[in-house]
Amino acid sequence: MSATGPALTRRDTTAVERGPDPVRITLSVNGTEHSLDVEPRVSLLDALREHLDLTGAKKGCDQGTCGACTVWVDGRRVLACLTLALTCEGHEVTTIEGLAPEAEPHPLQRAFVEHDAFQCGYCTPGQIMSAVALIEEGHAGDDAEIKEWMSGNICRCAAYPNIRAAIRAVRDQT
Amino acid sequence: MTATIPSATGQPLDRVDGYAKVSGRARYSAEIPIPDMAYAYVVGSRIAAGRVTGIDASAAQAEEGVLAVLTRQTLPRIAEQPPLIPSLAGTAAPGQTFFPVQDDTVHYAGQPIALVVADTWERAQHAARLLRVSYEETPPVTTLDQGRDLAYEPERIFGGWIPGRSERGDVAAGLREADVTVDGTYTYAANNHNPLEASCTTAQWDGDDLLLYDATQGVNATQMTVSRLLGIPMSRIRVIGHYVGGSFGSKAMIHAHPTLAAMAARAVGRPVKLFLTREQMFTSVGHREEQEQQVTLGATREGRLTAIRHLKLSPTSHFDDWAEPSVGTSSQIYACPHYEGAYRLFRANTMTPTFMRAPGEASGMHALECSLDELAHELGLDPIELRLRNHTEVDAMTGHPWSSSGLRECYERGADRFGWAGRDPRPGTRREGDWLIGTGMATASYPVAPLANPQRARARLYADGTAVVQAATPDFGTGVATVMAQVAADGLGLGVDRCRFESGDTDLPNIAAAVGSAGAGMISAAVHSAATALRRQLVDSAVADPGSPLFGADPVRVVVRDGVMTAGAASESYSDLLRRTLRPDAEAVGQWNPPAHDVPYGMMTFGAQFAEVAVDADLGVVRVRRMTGAFAPGRVLNAKTARSQLMGGMLWGLGQALLEANHMDPDTGHWVSSSLGEYLVPVNADAPDVDVELIEVEDDVVNPLGVKGVGEIGQVGVSAAIANAVHHATGRRIRELPITIEDLI
Repeated sequence: MSATGPALTRRDTTAVERGPDPVRITLSVNGTEHSLDVEPRVSLLDALREHLDLTGAKKGCDQGTCGACTVWVDGRRVLACLTLALTCEGHEVTTIEGLAPEAEPHPLQRAFVEHDAFQCGYCTPGQIMSAVALIEEGHAGDDAEIKEWMSGNICRCAAYPNIRAAIRAVRDQT
Repeated sequence: MTATIPSATGQPLDRVDGYAKVSGRARYSAEIPIPDMAYAYVVGSRIAAGRVTGIDASAAQAEEGVLAVLTRQTLPRIAEQPPLIPSLAGTAAPGQTFFPVQDDTVHYAGQPIALVVADTWERAQHAARLLRVSYEETPPVTTLDQGRDLAYEPERIFGGWIPGRSERGDVAAGLREADVTVDGTYTYAANNHNPLEASCTTAQWDGDDLLLYDATQGVNATQMTVSRLLGIPMSRIRVIGHYVGGSFGSKAMIHAHPTLAAMAARAVGRPVKLFLTREQMFTSVGHREEQEQQVTLGATREGRLTAIRHLKLSPTSHFDDWAEPSVGTSSQIYACPHYEGAYRLFRANTMTPTFMRAPGEASGMHALECSLDELAHELGLDPIELRLRNHTEVDAMTGHPWSSSGLRECYERGADRFGWAGRDPRPGTRREGDWLIGTGMATASYPVAPLANPQRARARLYADGTAVVQAATPDFGTGVATVMAQVAADGLGLGVDRCRFESGDTDLPNIAAAVGSAGAGMISAAVHSAATALRRQLVDSAVADPGSPLFGADPVRVVVRDGVMTAGAASESYSDLLRRTLRPDAEAVGQWNPPAHDVPYGMMTFGAQFAEVAVDADLGVVRVRRMTGAFAPGRVLNAKTARSQLMGGMLWGLGQALLEANHMDPDTGHWVSSSLGEYLVPVNADAPDVDVELIEVEDDVVNPLGVKGVGEIGQVGVSAAIANAVHHATGRRIRELPITIEDLI
């Protein structure tokens, strides 16, 4: 599930045809502006991973089914594999790398470690980006709600009960 | 023998690589920044049987950014026919004896027939779609129904390691002696591992030296496999795999892609990243085969087994006799005079099936434990009581005593925690609103895998009192870096925060691929050996040194704790010893030689599984409400990570029971499901809270620390406990996996 939010493509500007050759775009990621040349077909996920060396968002399926690539665009969580990088111009992208400074992890990052809410760690950045958002949105009221709202993020190691424990712990701190 | 006081081993410490994983800093094999990277896309065959008659690559080659289109005309020949040997053997471990893109034959859909290499991932994918491939197609055989009449009994299966037939006594006589018999045929959909990280290899040549970043369960296995297939010396290949995004058997064998990535990188003279797509993960790394198992049990009125017959039919590839060893533990874990187990295979248009979590046991124990539930029902016995009446303290196949068991305690403590006592055995008697409620149980057993070759690790202590312990094993979610720091700390007599485990690189001492739940046992053995060898070296050095306060002390009486060697009132720290003697560090290599395969013990890990289900009386929906598993995995190295792995295994059992299925389209020979939207795995909403009980048993046979492993036992028996609970809830025996709404409605 994802929250409703504004459409990614701004409607108030005149549409200019770009591509199919690489075009220069500017992406604001974790508060830093990056200029990069990408073909219009490049996904936000591949732009992050292959062009900006931000590999925290993971490619699990590249088909929008697993949630491992979950990032925020203007604070709203999106699947970066189904989002074109080009459409993120003028929007603020937040990835796991920008969630908290390295020296001071987000409470949910701490809780994931403490509750052993992962094993291989590959789905973990996506789980955390989803979980932080759902707590902020008030969708972590009880376990049934957490289960439902976190079911877009597959954990093949099946750390689900521990993921719920970590989310509960942070929910109850705040 | 000097001593330390174990304090770290077993503690539920947080993962040492936890912050690397939660912050996104952990780098997996597709995430190594290398300048000038090119991208390889594997083109798979559209047909499942026949041959490729031509590939017109002109349109693809004309595309911007395309560096090469490699087909059998342009890709080099492999140096040697791949052998099929399980990666546990510690040798080269290609997943099948067939290597693609060498001739025009098509054995299975998705079989690689070409590689497209381009300067971006998008361009490689796009150009691949422009290839015009022509085929000569023949009708494929892929399903049980198509292959049943073609079946044969193989002499051996599983890379030659397991006989196709095993017997004791006379099963026909045993069935004649029986007062009661039950007979059931169980069918299983094929399963795909689907780790969240698809397989990936990044290959980089520097002259004749090859560097591979590979998502693998064994970096050495990748090194040995690529060395043999490319015909280049081991000394020229280095494989790194620090973080691996899950495997579950899909990265246990070294399938074609690492070798193809190396070939592609050589062809274009640039580093190449080959990342399989999710769809390709269904046709590139093996799978758990579709299968049918028949179990026949005979028993006396008192519930003593007189005969077990366990037969299996499954498809294998055109080139290998492979079946997961489902017919194994059923011969071992219950006292029964007469046993027959046999495999039948037929040639099908698939790649060779492979290991998938609890390979064999997850499916074989399902059939056996459902059959026992049925027998208990027939006899009016409690399912646990029936198992206790057939309990054996020896391996029923060899007569050798178990090296350790703990199974009785697993039944007792599991039943106690679950609240099994007082269960009304009558099916269909509990109802809560629309939901029919039932409970079920099953035994779990998973063999302690026999190892073939020495396992090594290296320990280095620096003069500042910190230590690094090294072994060439990757982390694919097991927590190996954490638990081995714990083992090293106790071996050296250091605080665990002073020990770092370095791994995932073939430049480090050799460890076989961590498969078959053997990783913790063999790596801890090597690490323990290295750490204690280094401790002995340092203690011996101190007591022989006139400058040391420990001079002349009996080394046996020296105790080391927190890096301080103490004998009576005299003491000296490791740091003081090294600094005083002007040594920047000290180092030792430890080696563990596994026990011989004919050791006179049965080596098995045991557990007991319990599940409660709710079945919607009208809609047939099955929800698992709670699960308890009690396991006796020998020594537990870290209670937190061990519990997590066992819990994950139990939830895999839930997936096996209710969700996970793939089927071949009989007409096209393609998998019907090839995405995570179609191949269902448990999601958060499917997963109940899971209660894991650890029962530690001492075992001085399996390995030095008595570690039997936790990677797979968690899954074994879960699907049976759930199926038995479904019967208890509804009165219906569903002999198909997964159990779906269609079966119950």
